[in-house]
Amino acid sequence: MSASDSGSTSHKLWEVFTQPPGGGPHEHAGSVHAADAEMALQNARDVYARRNEAVSLWVVPSDQITASTPEDMGPFFEPGNDKAYRHPQFYKVPQGVRVF
Amino acid sequence: MLGHRLSEWCGHGPILEEDIALTNIALDLVGQATLLLGRAGAVEGKGRDADALAYLRTDRGYRNAHMVELPKGDFGFTIVRQFLFSVYSMHQLEALQSCADADLAGIAAKALKETRYHVRHSAEWVVRLGDGTDESHGRAQDALDELWRYTGELFTTDAVEQKLVPQKFAVESSTLQDPWMRDVSDVIARATLRMPGEVYQQRGGRSGIHTEHLGVMLAEMQVLPRTHPGAKW
Amino acid sequence: MTPAPASTDDPKRVAEFEARIARGETIEPKDWMPEKYRRQLIRMMSQHAHSEVVGMLPEGNWITRAPSLRRKMSLMAKVQDEAGHGLYIYCGTETLGVDRHDLVLQLLSGTAKYSSIFNYPTLTWADIGAVGWLVDGAAIVNQTMLAKASYGPYARAMVRICKEENFHKRQGYEIMATLAAGTPEQHAMAQDALNRWWWPSLMMFGPHDADSPNSGELSRWGIKRKSNDELRQRFVNLTVGQAKAINLTIPDPGMTFDEDTKNWIFSEIDWDEFWRVVKGDGPCNRERLAARRKAHDDGAWVRAAAEAYAEKQARASSAA
Repeated sequence: MSASDSGSTSHKLWEVFTQPPGGGPHEHAGSVHAADAEMALQNARDVYARRNEAVSLWVVPSDQITASTPEDMGPFFEPGNDKAYRHPQFYKVPQGVRVF
Repeated sequence: MLGHRLSEWCGHGPILEEDIALTNIALDLVGQATLLLGRAGAVEGKGRDADALAYLRTDRGYRNAHMVELPKGDFGFTIVRQFLFSVYSMHQLEALQSCADADLAGIAAKALKETRYHVRHSAEWVVRLGDGTDESHGRAQDALDELWRYTGELFTTDAVEQKLVPQKFAVESSTLQDPWMRDVSDVIARATLRMPGEVYQQRGGRSGIHTEHLGVMLAEMQVLPRTHPGAKW
Repeated sequence: MTPAPASTDDPKRVAEFEARIARGETIEPKDWMPEKYRRQLIRMMSQHAHSEVVGMLPEGNWITRAPSLRRKMSLMAKVQDEAGHGLYIYCGTETLGVDRHDLVLQLLSGTAKYSSIFNYPTLTWADIGAVGWLVDGAAIVNQTMLAKASYGPYARAMVRICKEENFHKRQGYEIMATLAAGTPEQHAMAQDALNRWWWPSLMMFGPHDADSPNSGELSRWGIKRKSNDELRQRFVNLTVGQAKAINLTIPDPGMTFDEDTKNWIFSEIDWDEFWRVVKGDGPCNRERLAARRKAHDDGAWVRAAAEAYAEKQARASSAA
């Protein structure tokens, strides 16, 4: 395989997750192309953490992510709608108790 | 100088991600240069700031090593040079953290963090180019062989340095060579490249005798302040 | 990617889709969308990404000649951001099922478009100021609107980009203000740059609404929520005061202020020039593409090396 053949395929895609300073969870920031994990990590650092946005980085090959589909939306998420007992507002606090 | 050379890649890198990475390194280097020149101007006490030192000295007044003023070459040349220089710079900055000049020690501590990353980034690329395809291996080896003649100058102790070392204002360059060689040969081995043999070492940068490239580079870099003397930008 | 003709889209699903947009919902990558919506997005987003990348060239032209260390660093950081922005948008476009590499090949072969503004040359240092102030200023007006686009990944990329681009515009304006307040030569340099960049900046918003073939659809689908002419007017209104404040003159002597609408009414744009540059006969169209092609070709052996190394490592670890 000549160099130009190989140069015409693109590096694989990685999803980047950044953890902001202050202890929040890792959040999806975007993606980068890289041939291997170390380069993906370095690229993620340079692309998504130029402005102190992150104290920690994850990179994951995009094809390794399993995601719910729009068809799952009903069965996955709607059953949560009528379970009001999972929220604190469901429960009464006696009048006069201001800070609970 | 090296920051300037690296910045020439901005918009022309092999992949978009690498444009950003090289520019990050260039930004760190120009930032370090600004701090160092600022401190140098203050110590000199003649009212020259970092810009005056960068933009109003001629090539004979510059004291940089030849290695950093060479044209950027191909990506292999740029990466191998970055690696050889960053490892040198890392060891120098480590030592300078205990410099008797508190400002310089502070600059060194900040720059060291940046430079450790430069070493990591360039070393990983040296390994990939060296142990990649036949073509990349050849290009990386050519770059290494070509640059080797400019490495000796990094470890030469001159008269100024000799005066400053006992007062702990400077690091004796020759002491950096062993740790540099260890790090460099490790990575070269990982990259399946061959260490160049003994070659004649070019020198002169420290006394203001440069390659022909520096004058051209400065002519470009200094064109605006030279054309409009005294103007503010 | 083989886009199906729009006619295969089930009208019922299209109606449901349009109802979602009307309710202000965002569309996400795996959601059903009309084929035409997907195609329009790919076209628009990839043009936008290409523009960011090609946009690195005219400004990169002055990095090595920036007149002070501070200016050199901020220009490098800005051009670097353009690369980042190109990347964010390519990454958003890839969620639509296209590969960045194919998009780049379309750019290099000349079949994809990018913003014509970058086919104008940066002749003096003041052009760097003018580009930051006017070109990024116009881009921000446009992108603030796109940050509310109906397609989630595009809108999210725009939010991030708008946050970062504010520094670009200020950087440019600061350069212009410094020059305008400097020596007579510097002031002349600034005015000359404004003269050359003003009209191309107005052209950035595209043809008049009446002559813009995609506008109706893009607005119905919530991709573009304001028209070209509205955005252009907003940009002019913002910029007039900024020019006055630094003692520069907008090169449109016929410009008048309409008290009723509070709009600055400007002269007609030279649409012949607009179409000429779009069609490839701008001052730098050839140079820009040649530079991108060279970077791509020169980088082929590097990308091949990275791939080859990754394959070797993968083989070694699976053998172990």
